[in-house]
Parts: sequence; C-alpha cells; structure tokens
Amino acid sequence: MNAGMMIALFLASAIRMSIPLLLGTVGESLTERSGHLNLGVEGLMMMGAATGYVVAYRTDSIILAILAGMAGAGLGSLIYAFLTISMKTRQDVTGLALTIFGTGFANTMGKALAGTTTSEKIRAFTKGQPFKPDLTAVSEVPVLGPALEYISAALLQHNLFVYLSFAIAVFAYWYLFHTRPGLHVRSTGENPAAADASGIRVTSLRYLHVIVGGMFCGLGGFYISVVNVGTWLDDIIAGRGWIVVALVIFIRWHPLKAIAGTLLFGALEIVGFRMQQIPALGSLPIFSQYAIDLYPYLMTIIVLVITYARKKAWQGPASLGQPYFREDR
Amino acid sequence: MKIRLAKKEDVSTPKAVAIRVGAVIIAIAFSGLIILLMGHDPFETFEAMIKGSLGSSYGIRNTITVAVPLLVIGLGLSVAFSMKFWNIGGEGQLVMGAIWGTYAAHQMPDSISPWLALPLVGLASIAGGAFWAVIPGFFRAFSRTNETLFTLMLNYVAIKFTVYLRCELWKDPEAKGFPQIAPLPDSAHLPKLFGIHIGWIVALILVVMVHLFLRYSKLGYEIRVVGESERTAHYAGINVRKVIITGTLISGALVGLAGMLKLTGVSWTLSESIGGGNGFTAVMVAWLAQLQAPVMIITSLLFAVMEQGSMAMEISVGVPASVSKIIEGLILFAALSSDLFIRYRVVAERKSSAACSSDNTSAVIAGNGEGGTK
Repeated sequence: MNAGMMIALFLASAIRMSIPLLLGTVGESLTERSGHLNLGVEGLMMMGAATGYVVAYRTDSIILAILAGMAGAGLGSLIYAFLTISMKTRQDVTGLALTIFGTGFANTMGKALAGTTTSEKIRAFTKGQPFKPDLTAVSEVPVLGPALEYISAALLQHNLFVYLSFAIAVFAYWYLFHTRPGLHVRSTGENPAAADASGIRVTSLRYLHVIVGGMFCGLGGFYISVVNVGTWLDDIIAGRGWIVVALVIFIRWHPLKAIAGTLLFGALEIVGFRMQQIPALGSLPIFSQYAIDLYPYLMTIIVLVITYARKKAWQGPASLGQPYFREDR
Repeated sequence: MKIRLAKKEDVSTPKAVAIRVGAVIIAIAFSGLIILLMGHDPFETFEAMIKGSLGSSYGIRNTITVAVPLLVIGLGLSVAFSMKFWNIGGEGQLVMGAIWGTYAAHQMPDSISPWLALPLVGLASIAGGAFWAVIPGFFRAFSRTNETLFTLMLNYVAIKFTVYLRCELWKDPEAKGFPQIAPLPDSAHLPKLFGIHIGWIVALILVVMVHLFLRYSKLGYEIRVVGESERTAHYAGINVRKVIITGTLISGALVGLAGMLKLTGVSWTLSESIGGGNGFTAVMVAWLAQLQAPVMIITSLLFAVMEQGSMAMEISVGVPASVSKIIEGLILFAALSSDLFIRYRVVAERKSSAACSSDNTSAVIAGNGEGGTK
C-alpha cells in the first residue's frame, strides 16, 4: 500500500470515529445555546446506545433502531428538562444525576444482550457504501486515477449515517445563525429575561432545544453501539460523552467548527493504533496498546487548558447554567 | 389556574429534612415501578436488597466495609465542594492514591513491621491523591480552567494508566502470564476490629476532623468564603489562589487515603476496578448530606446498603445489579427537586383573583427582596 492510500484510509477511519462525537457536540451545542448546560451527555449517549441496540437486535429494523436511540435519549433529556426548567434544579448536579441514571438504565437494559451481535440485515446498512463511485474507467489514467481513488477512499466510501451527520451539523449551523428561530435560541441563551420581554416563549423554547439536543446525543450513542461496535458492552460510551462536553467549549458552541474539532479527536482515537503498525514505532512504550488508550483523555485536558489559558476564554451563552425565574425580573 | 413560585424567607431544619426524606421515599417508590415494568416483583427485590445488606452479621460487615471508602471520599469531596470546586475526580484520585500506595508497599523490605508499613503506604496514597487533585486545582486557580471536566478526564487517565501498569509495566512475572499486579505483602494488610478492617475507625475520626476543620479553622472559614463568592473573598484579603490550591490538596489527600483503605483493607492488589465507581457515588453522598460531615455517615450507609444489597439481589432475584444505579439516579433527581419545595412556596391561584388581589402580589414581591439585585 502506498503512502497516499494510507493517508486516505487514515482520514476515512478518523471520520468514522468522529461521527458520534460530532452528533453529540452538535446536540449539546443546541442545548447550551438555549442556556442549559447539560452535563448528562454521557448518560444520554448511553441511553441512546442501549435503546438503539436493543431495538436493532430485536426488530432487525434500522429505522426503528434510529428512532429508538433518539427516543431513549429523548426520555433522558425530558427528565433533565423538566427538572432544570420547571423544577429549577441546579443544572450541573442534575446533569451528573442524569449520567448516573442513564448509565444504570443502559447497562440494565443491555445486560441480557451482552455478547450478541447485530444481524446481517442491520450490517448491510451500517457497512453499506451508497456513494462509492465506480472508478474502473479512470483507474488507468495517470495522476487523475490514483487521485480519485484516494478521494473516494477517504470521503466517499462511508455509510449513509456519516453523510447524514454532516448534514445535521450544517443544518444546525444554518438554523442557529441564519434563521429567526435560531436567533431566538441564541438570545434566550444570552439573556432569557430580555428574550421573554420581547415575546419569545422561553420555557417551551428551552424544552424543545434541550430535548432535541439530547436526541442528537442519543443518535451518537446509537452510532457507537449499532454502527461502530455492532455488539453490546457495559459502559460502551467510555467517557466520550464527557469529551463532547469539553469539545463544545473548544468549538465555541459552533456546529460547523464542530466538524473540524471532532475530526481531530476522531483522528486521535486511531492515530496510536496506526502508529503501532509501523514496526519502528510500535515497539516504543508511548505507542503501546495500553498507552494509546490514554490519548483522547489527555488531549481533552490539553484542549481544556489551552482554551481557558487564552484571553477572552468564555464566549459561551451568557446565561449558561443559570436558572431563569420569571418572578425575579 | 396559574401556578407561580414565591421565595420563602427561610425554612426550619426539621421541615427541610422531612421534605428530603419524603423525596427519597418517592424515589424508591418510582424505582419499584421501574422494577415492576422490568417484570420483577418490586417487594421481593427490595426485600432481597435489605436482606443481602442488613439481614445477617456477614451482610452488615460487608455493608460497613462498602460505606467506609464512600464516607472518606465524601468527606474529601465536601472540602472541595465547600469552595465550589466541583471535584468529580474522586475515582481517579482514589486510583492514583492506590497506585502510589502499591508502589510504596512493594519498595519495603519483607521484614518491616505493619506498624511502620501501613502509615508509609497511607502517606504515599495521600500524596498520590493530593497530586492528582492539585493539577486541576492549579489550573482552576490560575486560568479558571473548568475543573468538572478536568477532574473527570483525570479519572479516565488514572484508570487507563492502571490497565497499562497491570498489563505491561508492573505485570507480575510470578502470575504465569496472567496480567495482574503482584499482591501486597502481608505487612501492608489492614488489621480488623469487630470483623471489619480498621478503616471504619479512621473514617469516624476523619468525620470529626473535617467537621471541625470546615467549621472552626481559619482555612476552613476561608474555603467557605471562597465558596460563597470569590470576589468577596478577594476583597476580604483572602488569597483565593492559595485557598483553592490548599483546598484541592486536602480534598485529594482524603480521597487518596480512601484508596489506601480499599487497597490495604479489601482488595490487597491494585487493579483498575479498585475504585468500583465509589468516586462518583461519593459525590451523591456528599451532596445529599448538604456537605455536613456527620450527616455523611447516614448517606454513605444508605448508598452502601444499595450497592451491597444490589449484588445480593442480582444473585437471589436475578435483577441486574446496575438497577442500583437507576435507583441512585432517581434519588438524586427527587432530592434535587425537593429543593424547590424547600426554597420556594408553590402558589396556585385563579387567574381572576390574581389580577385584583394586591396583597398576594405584594407578598411575592416582599419575598423577592433579596433576589431583587439580580
């Protein structure tokens, strides 16, 4: 295999690994833009992963599995929304409680299916490559032929969900920054009292964005259990939900920047694995099978430190984390 | 009809406690409903939980053994929480304490007396936990880096690093290829009193010490002022950075000590599962007790009953042990919501009367006086 193809394949697997992070980051950005800091992303992704996997396994229907993944996390974020918006509970502790609840919920639900795998029918979808072009006609052409091969290997041989997730990120960007409802979301996140005074229905708007944001997180969980892994494991999300919460700060609540940010982390999840395959590097302790597991978490810490060390660190929604009491106005 | 919230001036402690206890009972009732939906008999399940944790002297000993580290970690976290430093890194600090403790135990000569070995292992664990907590403390103090995420990521780093130690760096050559770290020498095993390792005595002493520290010491006072408002603390001449760094050191030291207790009292060998999620459960132990050290004895026992009972329940009734996490989550949800009823009065009124009754509105405004500056 030549170097060009290796880079193309590396990029392809980085994209595949980045998708659950991207869905979670876009979802949490929507939630946080409306002013709610949901620390329960880990729990929501667990719930989406479990309901998605169980339904995929029981019904063999990918559509139902997607819906179940979104509904499972939707239920979790509904609890969060009810508590933080209507019951005015503290957002940070509620998010932690949601993580504990969601993890327990998911591990209990998935327990009976540990060790099973998804059926052929499901895998036909998850491993399908709907946009793979037929390059036999140009394969003999010098320069152009290999170039197209590389582009195809890196970008065009993914399953449908990959393109769907990018579409969701672009749509979320357009919605937040180029539509009137998006403007309402952002102004609610900045100053709910002013938004309320200008006629925006703060409570229902926040409910909607917390729940829809949570559903995207659930979709990310579904992607991990059904598409990337294809079996059920206890604690299958393994901290990715928390990485998402950190990434949202890193990408500054901006769904388009989320694509670049999550791609960086996707690359990181596999870079060690690729390095191991190079004999000269594979024997080094820092590329040991166990050492490379540390990279995403260490990278998250480095990103956090850098983000906060810069001046003007906080550019998030001004009311993020604060409960809104209409009576306090 | 319209439902509004009005701030209460203050609530008597017994009433607040009653509301919280009521919330916990409602949460347990909800859990019963979930167990019913899963196709099990909730009464049988709860009975199995109680029997497994409190039904025999063996069960009670195990429950207390589970409660001890929860209590010690909870005490450690409460120091950080008192200054609004959200240390969610208990799990990692515990593991790091156990790693340093293991290292110390293996450096000692075989002939060493337990009276010397145990304090040395303890000191190493305290240093390990404090080290792991002060890193995010430092960055929080100097660049306001989000400590919730930082401490959380350090959990994963410590746990994955232990896997690395177990499978490669510290792999026991005498284990015939099985990836494990060599067990501790006998000199580093905690002695028992009444059938429970003496960590329970340490824990009770620490309850008194932490309570006195936060209530009556100068540093404890400064920690609480920083927790109220960093700006106030600054104007009062308190060195906020110094307080945050010292506070995280103390917090991590206590959690690291819990790691030593689990290492030398329960597992006797280091593995990545040594924390067993205690670092997270202890967040609830501390929070549910409203950071009151003596109350944490009760909350740590409550969660220990659930953890210990759920294992017995899985064996005897076949309900997965992870159900206890659902119950824990529900208890937290309920306790969080109960705050609303402690801090606010829920006023239901008919629309027509709301428009004209002036004294009702003025009462709300009067109740709002303190929040009016916002």
